[in-house]
Amino acid sequence: MSWITEPFQYEFMRRALLACVLIGFTNGFLGAYVVLRRLALVADALSHSMLPGLALAAMLIGLNPGGLLLGGLFAAVFVALGGHLIASSSRVKDETAVAALYIFAFALGIALIKYARVKVSLDHFLFGNILGIADSDLLTSYLISVTTLLSLVALQRPLLLALFEASVARTQGIRVGLLLALLIVLIVLAMVSSLQAVGVLLSLGLLVLPAATIYLLSDSYAAMSWGGGIIGATSAVAGLQISFWANIPSGPAIIMVLGILFLAAYLFGPKYGIASRRLRKRHLHEESLKRWK
Amino acid sequence: MNGRLVIEDLTVSYHRIPAVHHLDVQLASGSCVGLLGPNGAGKTTLLKALAGLLPIETGRVRFNGRVIADARLITYVPQREAVDWDFPITVRGLAEMGRYSVLGIWKPFGARDEAIVNQALQVAELDAFANRQIKALSGGQQQRAFLARAWAQEAEIYLLDEPFGGLDKNASTAFAEAIHRLRDSGKLLIVSHHNLADAAELFDHILILNGELVAFGPTEQTLTKGNIDRAYSTKIFSGRKQ
Repeated sequence: MSWITEPFQYEFMRRALLACVLIGFTNGFLGAYVVLRRLALVADALSHSMLPGLALAAMLIGLNPGGLLLGGLFAAVFVALGGHLIASSSRVKDETAVAALYIFAFALGIALIKYARVKVSLDHFLFGNILGIADSDLLTSYLISVTTLLSLVALQRPLLLALFEASVARTQGIRVGLLLALLIVLIVLAMVSSLQAVGVLLSLGLLVLPAATIYLLSDSYAAMSWGGGIIGATSAVAGLQISFWANIPSGPAIIMVLGILFLAAYLFGPKYGIASRRLRKRHLHEESLKRWK
Repeated sequence: MNGRLVIEDLTVSYHRIPAVHHLDVQLASGSCVGLLGPNGAGKTTLLKALAGLLPIETGRVRFNGRVIADARLITYVPQREAVDWDFPITVRGLAEMGRYSVLGIWKPFGARDEAIVNQALQVAELDAFANRQIKALSGGQQQRAFLARAWAQEAEIYLLDEPFGGLDKNASTAFAEAIHRLRDSGKLLIVSHHNLADAAELFDHILILNGELVAFGPTEQTLTKGNIDRAYSTKIFSGRKQ
């Protein structure tokens, strides 16, 4: 079994392992709410729109995590709130407004990165590198994980009511808009934390794939968040191993593991898997046919 | 509970155009009130305003002398199309949701909550289906699952928006029995409905609405040809010049 432990004799691999567990679990847990609220596309838009904020932060205060976090947060919230504002004050609908803003922000970000004071490569932002994770990144991830998990666990009941039936939740005095805004902020935080590991383009996978997988396997919302967290963390660690031995970048390796699990659940999930449904015996049908004959 | 829902001079508007005008009516607990009227008469608007989902333009609504700010007293069951049936939740989970508003964010689920949830499943005759995901129920069972949640919430006033829509005869009968059980245990039910033919069997009181109050009272006195003609033949006053 030494092949499991062998990669972790290196300091950078041990750091990467810790980052995988933290980021994988937090994203997977939060993903349940993203999937149930159908926020996957909004989350995608948020991840892209972080680019100009990151570039601006890199230009003004250099490449430190605090600056990047603020820059990303600012840009993402700008697009989320801006999208909401445009959708509520014109005839353009939500998804169009958000798409219009985020793609504009993404283009702006690519242009701005050219002017960053420190020479940063676009690749680094787009694809991340979990092997180059620094202590300060780990601390950021840790703080974000604690904040996210504590808020979600504490607000589980009102969140569930708001996601299931916003109108009924409102009659019970739940501030649905506020909870959704919190959810958006948590998504942005989770993306900032996974940025260093898998980059802007792949961060959506860590967020959406674990919960989507459990959604195909279970009828329990609690299983979606806790199970999503567990799948997220273990897949991230498995992806890290694969990237070490197969010598492929860690981000794509992690997302591919999650993607394979998702497809497997889609095909072979015991209750909702399409292959499982096909293979099920058609006893009722046959019985009723017999009765007819 | 012996209660009285007093609606005084209630006007509800969409973008300043009133949909329900100056409604004055008093409803008593332990009755099942059918809310009738043509499409666009303001039935859903009235239910939503009572539930606190729409702002009230004029007037006030009080239950036993109190403004119904205590949201727990009142429960709104939306039309079936408004629900995400793929949501990963079982019938029992749905009924347990009703307890959230009683327990708040922190209080743990106790033996009494458990008992109320079980009772709710019995009232709705869903004990056998408690562990089913809500999509794996028939239309009538789905409606009753929402009644179970309302019961678990210990609500006194039930607002049901077209619950009989799309139910076949057997499902309608089972649902009618369920709401009559609620009425007999002292709850007030306000049910919007569009089928005049079976209204007399379902409701003990009828409220006919057409933008404004057309008639209200015990079914046999209110569900008359004269009242129905009045409600369905007049144009709805929308506040706009025609």
